[in-house]
Amino acid sequence: MIRMENVHKAFDDNHVLQGMNLEIPKGTSMVIIGGSGTGKSVALKCILGLIKPDSGMIYVDGKDAQKGDRDAFLARFGMLFQGAALFDSLPVWQNVAFRLLRGSLKRPVEEAREIAIEKLRRVGLKSNVADRLPAELSGGMQKRVGLARAIAAEPEIIFFDEPTTGLDPIMSGVINDLIREIVTEMGATAMTITHDMSSVRAIADNVAMLHGGVIQWTGPVGQMDASGDPYVEQFISGSAEGPIEAVR
Amino acid sequence: MNPISLLGELGRAILSMLAAFGRVALFALDAVSHIFRPPFYPREFGIALLNIGWLSLPVVGLTAIFTGGALALQIYAGGARFNAEAVVPQIVAIGMVRELGPVLVGLMIAARVTSSIAAEIATMKVTEQIDALVTLSTHPMKYLTAPRVLAALLTVPVLVAIGDIIGIAGGYTVATQNLGFNPAAYLKNTVDFLEVRDIVSSLVKGAAFGVIAAIMGCYYGMSSGRGAQGVGRATKGSVEAAAVLILAANFVLTGVFFSL
Repeated sequence: MIRMENVHKAFDDNHVLQGMNLEIPKGTSMVIIGGSGTGKSVALKCILGLIKPDSGMIYVDGKDAQKGDRDAFLARFGMLFQGAALFDSLPVWQNVAFRLLRGSLKRPVEEAREIAIEKLRRVGLKSNVADRLPAELSGGMQKRVGLARAIAAEPEIIFFDEPTTGLDPIMSGVINDLIREIVTEMGATAMTITHDMSSVRAIADNVAMLHGGVIQWTGPVGQMDASGDPYVEQFISGSAEGPIEAVR
Repeated sequence: MNPISLLGELGRAILSMLAAFGRVALFALDAVSHIFRPPFYPREFGIALLNIGWLSLPVVGLTAIFTGGALALQIYAGGARFNAEAVVPQIVAIGMVRELGPVLVGLMIAARVTSSIAAEIATMKVTEQIDALVTLSTHPMKYLTAPRVLAALLTVPVLVAIGDIIGIAGGYTVATQNLGFNPAAYLKNTVDFLEVRDIVSSLVKGAAFGVIAAIMGCYYGMSSGRGAQGVGRATKGSVEAAAVLILAANFVLTGVFFSL
């Protein structure tokens, strides 16, 4: 389980998180929605320790996320970045098997390559992609490789940062379905940040609306449309009228 | 602007400069400490050796040969004013080994390697590849910085030695082909005049300049701002800082080796 308690983070005068509280039960898929610049990515990076919160506590399975063995902590996570964040200088299979080629999860090269190709198949890519460089792939293929890398070491917790941004609707649907399938079959805890409502409906068990540095509403995805929360309603409808200022 | 405001601005500028020095010094200490602490990344180190050492040879060689040749012509022309044309071999040797070899190789490395490291790491930063490294349990200082700094520490002295030899060869070629020097006498004068201290200073300068070049590239890359402009600024800043620090370090090391 992941729990954020009263987390604050500011960048100079920009107070991004202003006491964020959130709980993600183990084995569930939480999707955080909110406009651009509302701190969704910051919240996610705070949990991973990529950004240090100014105050507040973050717990993973009851343990303080900022203390303890960092390698062991990070080994439990997989992450799909917004732009895939593949390493340009490495072929696709080495990107996927990156964690399996070094560190505490190191395997023999042949075994790591086999696992990488298996994971590539799992995300719908053929084995002939394995030896290509990331720059030779389309945006959708790069996202799939990023997804394969995120699940390569079978993590307990997977984060997805804007998984469908920049993709066409069909490829977005493919990625959404893949994420849902993988999270279900792995039994992983998932946290996705997005402002794509089709992703929310496809991926989420629970939804949280982040605005003004705090969670405005959270609940099961089935209750989202009838939440009665003006922020959620405006976000779902995409209306310029409502409590969320259209000009930010 | 009144004198108090002016003084305030000056103070702020000095504090900001000292803070920047402090950040670079802490980064350099951290980078060097990671060279000695596992895990090590031999593949990254091998690639850095290739990029910093082997692939810099053409530019180092060309710079050195033209500089050595020009130096021979200048010394010959200048020496002729007081009938001292015969000192060409000695001055070319001492000029190349003590100063021009290390400094020009250092500046070429700053132009070629520092810029490349800064641009690569800055691009990795803006495309979240550095964050991806962290989430994959890989320390960016160990994976990106330590191999590059170690490779520069080891290869730049070798490049300087090669540059020294090629520069002297350039002077030799011009002196024997255009200025009428006897080849055997030229070589004998070169070898007889150089001291061990000259060669040691050249290699030590090479090592220092290599470390400066690599650390500046990594530091500016890691602290890059967002977008293409951030990458551009990081690259420009890294080359400027590396070039100035190399020239300052050259002054200090020359003082250490030859003023004591």
